[in-house]
Amino acid sequence: MRITVTVDGTTYTDEVEPRQLLVHYLRETIGKVGTVIGCDTSNCGACTVHLDGQSVKSCSVLAVQVDGSEITTVEGLARDGRLHPVQQAFHDNHALQCGFCTPGMIMQSIDLLAENPDPDENAVRHGLEGNLCRCTGYQNIVRAVRDAAHKMRPGAGPDAERVEHSPSHAVGGE
Amino acid sequence: MIPSAFDYTAPSTVDEAVRALADAGEDAKVIAGGQSLIPVLRMRLAAPTKLIDLGRIGELRGIREDGDTLVIGAMTTHHDVQRDPQVAEHALLLKVATDTVADPQVRHRGTLGGAVAHADPAGDLLAPVLALDAELVLHGLDGRRTVAARDFFVDYFTTALRPDELLVEVRVPRHTGWSAHYEKFSRVAQAWSIVAVAATVRAEGGTIAEARVALTNMSSVPVRAHAVEQALVGQPATAEAIKAAAQHAAEGTSPSTDSNADTAYRQHLARVLTSRALTAAVGA
Repeated sequence: MRITVTVDGTTYTDEVEPRQLLVHYLRETIGKVGTVIGCDTSNCGACTVHLDGQSVKSCSVLAVQVDGSEITTVEGLARDGRLHPVQQAFHDNHALQCGFCTPGMIMQSIDLLAENPDPDENAVRHGLEGNLCRCTGYQNIVRAVRDAAHKMRPGAGPDAERVEHSPSHAVGGE
Repeated sequence: MIPSAFDYTAPSTVDEAVRALADAGEDAKVIAGGQSLIPVLRMRLAAPTKLIDLGRIGELRGIREDGDTLVIGAMTTHHDVQRDPQVAEHALLLKVATDTVADPQVRHRGTLGGAVAHADPAGDLLAPVLALDAELVLHGLDGRRTVAARDFFVDYFTTALRPDELLVEVRVPRHTGWSAHYEKFSRVAQAWSIVAVAATVRAEGGTIAEARVALTNMSSVPVRAHAVEQALVGQPATAEAIKAAAQHAAEGTSPSTDSNADTAYRQHLARVLTSRALTAAVGA
């Protein structure tokens, strides 16, 4: 089936099999390997992306279901070589050890901050309950999200992710 | 893992979807939010030949009031149920239970109708739907019919839905001003409830006028704790009175034994969690 989808500001049209998962489309068809696959059970959240402004686990969405939609991955967050404030806060607060959960953690943190611009520790932990860190580095992740919240006031949101659409396929990333 | 190959169609109206379902035969599967189905497809625990996706049917989304009834479209997401002011006002139990479903990403995609039609006995929305005396509107080739929640859930993952029928609406009688709590017990944050209790109460002054209590995962279907409900009527809304009534919670149940809990432990949990749920609901 043919789908047209905008990913990180670039519009793609591709033939996909109905059974292709969104995460496989992102990684294998258009090369957005910043979004990773961490489990086979939908538990870990490493593959979290934004679908029309809301966080989803891209292992639990079919590529055919996003026809006509807009997707933001972790690769679409930085602007002109500058990290998104949540990315910067993860860096500043050492909120990653092995780093595998980080793309999903960052995408879900941005979703959380869009709904709740100033979450307390408990709200951060609940907001990230769908994301697992096997290094158990949660303390610094919570710190990073609260740090980002303070730096981003009045909050992140779809506007913070909006980018100018480029006319053709991006090849080879940044 | 990668699912088995299947055909896919995404109709834009309920009538088209029902027709597609009838034409596709018994190996077709309806996909709502997909948050239970896609993991199952991925693990190849199911291999339907065709998926009929309800995601493009606008008429199945949204919440409206119809007299004394709140009408929730089957494809309304958990996220939208959580944030709808009408649900909070007239069906608080459904809101507080939905708050506990899975995680934010899943709640953005998962739907009330999908969860109800899937009928997983450990699912968290069956007991609230049963406790609130909801009705399910089913749409098939011959038109619509309405089934009470108590008649809808038949067995593990089995409902009164006929092969050509879709669940299109969940109709919840207004429980305006009722307090509510959903108390679940699970091993870790992301696990299914071993047992959970949905409780909603209407109090007058300090006295319980009416109560509805339903249990998750105490049977192959959600069950009402009628003996608890009856014991509470006219009682003071105190922790002591609630604890006494909650002793009836497991009456008539024979929950299964599995690696998480045996029958006696589940019955113990039902009593303890019923007490906790009611206490939280009335703020005792």
